[in-house]
Amino acid sequence: MFYRENGQLKTSYQADQQIFPIAQDRWFILAMLLLAFVVAPLLATDYWFSAILIPFVIMAMAAIGVNILVGYCGQISLGSGAFMAVGAYGAYNFFARVPDMPLIPALILGGLCATVFGVLFGLPSLRVRGLYLAVATLAAQFFADWMFLRIKWFTLDTPSGSVSVSNLQVFGLPIESDVSKYLFCLTLLCLVALLAKNLVRGAIGREWMAIRDMDVAAAVIGIRPMYAKLSAFAVSSFIIGVAGALWAFIYMGSWEPSAFSVNESFRLLFMVIIGGLGSIMGGFLGAAFIILLPIFLNQALPFIAGMVGIEISTTVVSHTELMIFGGLIVWFLIVEPHGLAKLWSIGKQKMRVWPFPY
Amino acid sequence: MKKPVLLLSALLSAVMLSSVSPVLAQSKEQFIPVLSYRTGPYAPNGTPWANGFVDYLKLMNLKGGINNVKITYEECETGYDTARSVECYERLKSKKPSFVQTLSTGATFAITEKAPGDKIPVLTVGYGRSESADGAVFKWNFPIAGTYWVAADTIMQAIAKKEGGWDKLKGKKVALVYHDSPFGKEPIPLIQERARIHGFELQLLPVTPPGVEQKATWLQVRQAKPDYVVLWGWGVMNSTAIKEAQATGYAREKMYGVWWAGAEQDVKDVADGAKGYNAVTIQHGAEPNADIVKTLLAQIHAKGQGTGPKEEVGQVLYLRGVMSAMIGVEGIRSAQERFGKGKVMTGEQVRWGLENLNLTQPKLDALGFKGVMRPISTSCMDHMGAAWTRIHTWDGKNWVFTSDWMQADEQILKPLVKATADKYAAEKKLTRRTGQDCQS
Repeated sequence: MFYRENGQLKTSYQADQQIFPIAQDRWFILAMLLLAFVVAPLLATDYWFSAILIPFVIMAMAAIGVNILVGYCGQISLGSGAFMAVGAYGAYNFFARVPDMPLIPALILGGLCATVFGVLFGLPSLRVRGLYLAVATLAAQFFADWMFLRIKWFTLDTPSGSVSVSNLQVFGLPIESDVSKYLFCLTLLCLVALLAKNLVRGAIGREWMAIRDMDVAAAVIGIRPMYAKLSAFAVSSFIIGVAGALWAFIYMGSWEPSAFSVNESFRLLFMVIIGGLGSIMGGFLGAAFIILLPIFLNQALPFIAGMVGIEISTTVVSHTELMIFGGLIVWFLIVEPHGLAKLWSIGKQKMRVWPFPY
Repeated sequence: MKKPVLLLSALLSAVMLSSVSPVLAQSKEQFIPVLSYRTGPYAPNGTPWANGFVDYLKLMNLKGGINNVKITYEECETGYDTARSVECYERLKSKKPSFVQTLSTGATFAITEKAPGDKIPVLTVGYGRSESADGAVFKWNFPIAGTYWVAADTIMQAIAKKEGGWDKLKGKKVALVYHDSPFGKEPIPLIQERARIHGFELQLLPVTPPGVEQKATWLQVRQAKPDYVVLWGWGVMNSTAIKEAQATGYAREKMYGVWWAGAEQDVKDVADGAKGYNAVTIQHGAEPNADIVKTLLAQIHAKGQGTGPKEEVGQVLYLRGVMSAMIGVEGIRSAQERFGKGKVMTGEQVRWGLENLNLTQPKLDALGFKGVMRPISTSCMDHMGAAWTRIHTWDGKNWVFTSDWMQADEQILKPLVKATADKYAAEKKLTRRTGQDCQS
């Protein structure tokens, strides 16, 4: 009853093919964009920006990238941390070595470095599938770990191996304050989300989904697996690379090779699994969940324990986080493999037919 | 059936909403964030440090706080991970911290970039960037009581003394087994400088973090047969290194560890096997008879308020945590002397306090550190304040001091600090602070 599309008739192909054909959806997205671009900068505190919003925006972008590879194309990848690292260090090298390099081209070039790296380590996907591909991408992760630790050229030969960037600015506007960082990342996220959504709606997205569902049948009907899989790796690595560069430049400011360890890869995979494989919204929901859960547990567990009189140490909170993540992954994979996004769309469907059950 | 669900969801949403709103600091409370790690491969060493730190803060509160300003603190688990440390820093930033200590050199690098903008001093007692001793460039960093170049230099001095003089080192081989991270790479410039001057060979042997796999490294040590091995590890890397040294038969007497590789946790697994292993200490060692240890046992642990086990009190890392907390608290007290006794200090004011810290021997004795620490006096140009170290050796049961008080050689240290700090300043486009700026 709330979501009925009665009377919303389309009179042009353009109207029919838009991303949000239902008017209520368009209003909702407009409200979200207003909330994100206008309301949040006005109302959010520094804490909100630095601990929640900025990491969420950057991780959502990375999750969209991982979702394209894992959710839409079905290629399990445990090397997302490596792609972030390559994007970050690539962007850093362009930014630091080329005098007066502007920020956005540096980020894009970092993304392109990640694309090359991703396509290279995506080559095994042409021969292996599933778990074995996961192991091959894990090799990418450890290779990147080694590369940035031992090849000093990438870290500009600093003795400590730690690099940093400062004085970022876009078209003369400095990106120093939390608000400017947030808006910059948010703009890039919106562009990337639009790009990703249109890609997955189009021919190439359908190719990816065909490969995911049954790659032999896809090959039979004329989809070239090599192009489909490698293009998925390329697009996904580009997005993850740009997200990695943003994570390093904007959120961390100064980082070392261990910042993009295998834990980041797992975190991204969890985001995509919990958020929903094969949906753009899943990236957003998963990122929000993974970012918010530790903060929530940090506050809630001592509070709940205090109510029954037990004192909780940080160790317990840290371990509980891991246990809850593990439990949730298993629960989602069994009960709802399509994750939170599917729960959301079920909710929407219920709202459409309410008060009827179906 | 519906009501409990509604009630539960209401409770959860209330907790969630409150979890993301910053807690307002009440008046007359000085907040100190404690970035610690009690999980992960560095937990065995990080936990006693955190226990010592928190116990000292509890002791301060028992005595009424800093001139009646109570200390509040909150621990945040970082797992020695830089990104998590940054997250903790950002999360706790809103509570107006007096200073932040990271207990991780990697995190120090990251937070050094953020702290000046947030106006929070970074206190790094015995770790962090060695060049941050130069206060003219690093206004907000305080590596008080010693940096890694001090440690490396005094280790080399001890080795030279053992050999019978610097000239006897010519042609000898020294291997540095280090944790492949910013922490482990810190001493390399200084030891390379010493190698250049005195003509000994330095072999660099990096160990991939966390350092549980060292068989290949120690095989290389066995092949190369260096005259001395300098161990620059942390966490499980230390005990693994000593076990591997025992397995490959490398004499533990020829091993010298940094002050983060010379604690009970590193040797107690091997006990007798680590006999003869030396480590440099940052002023204090294992001091079970110190006044402060007795006070903490009597006033905190006897009342069941101890953060960790009683046996830890007086051990090396526990004391280091106590020392770090003491220096931070004295920095706040010193700020109060100038900006108002009994008032809550802001980060900027605490920065001034840490920059004008004057811990004389009588003051240290009164605080309970008699015979444990030597005077520390910081200034605008010198954020280190003191560079006293000693060597202690494990005799199978205890750490015993086997050297006199040593100091790092200023002739080598000062130019290196200045050159590296200048490089940083050029990179970040900072100008050196001058005399006028020092008064703020």
